[in-house]
Amino acid sequence: MWIYQKKLEFPVRISNPDLTVAKALMAQYGGPDSELSAGMRYLTQRFTAPDDRIRATLNDIGTEEIAHWEMIGTMILQSMENAPLQELERAGLIGHYAMHGRAVYPSDPNGVPFTASYIQSTGDPIADIAEDMAAEQKARATYEHVMDLTDNEQYLAPLRFLREREIVHFQRFSECWNILKEIYPEPARGRGR
Amino acid sequence: MDRCELMNRISEVEFVCVELNLYLDTHPGDTAARNDYYSYSTLLRELITQYEAEYGPLMGFGNSPTNVGCWVCSDWPWEKN
Repeated sequence: MWIYQKKLEFPVRISNPDLTVAKALMAQYGGPDSELSAGMRYLTQRFTAPDDRIRATLNDIGTEEIAHWEMIGTMILQSMENAPLQELERAGLIGHYAMHGRAVYPSDPNGVPFTASYIQSTGDPIADIAEDMAAEQKARATYEHVMDLTDNEQYLAPLRFLREREIVHFQRFSECWNILKEIYPEPARGRGR
Repeated sequence: MDRCELMNRISEVEFVCVELNLYLDTHPGDTAARNDYYSYSTLLRELITQYEAEYGPLMGFGNSPTNVGCWVCSDWPWEKN
């Protein structure tokens, strides 16, 4: 089970909103390489992970991703909650407003809703961990693209933190990859029989 | 420490614990890291106990034994104040 802690992993306070950044951040709330994708991916793959260390890594990084998802949701909420309609319109958020008002919703910046097809759970630990390593790098790239859009420290401070977490998670999954190479020195063919 | 400073200190120490926890997931035999994790976990527990005694529960489901404050009336972390 999980225990909720009534705090963010890293503080977020957006008093000077930038709706263009908020829209871009939806990539990390409901896009293919979002924190939601990451959390669901790792917490699902862990059930069939073959090694205690890999199970622990997937469980604990998956748990941290949900805390990151909460930070992104908070940034989007605090950006939009008092935004005038004209500003939403200028940032291209009228489609979002029509369907969701100023609520937070797991879609990407183009309004494409989150889907489980963004994640895989193949039952093949090599395929799963390779996906996880790629996912961390894609999320890092997305954070860098969003950070390119602003000089606003209220966004940049939490985004720097989140970007660095992607790098650390990639490092941990690389170690899982090396553990798998020790466990399976031979190609995977036929292992499921 | 005021409330904000104490919360920041909790976040700092908890972050050290998160990092060490993830490191230990792939290096469970690293004795130095295990000792660090034990020290920081102990410090984190002390800070959270101090916070909850003054300002109320941080965690639900029976994990914050305090009579101060209340779970539903403190701010949620996405609220600005």
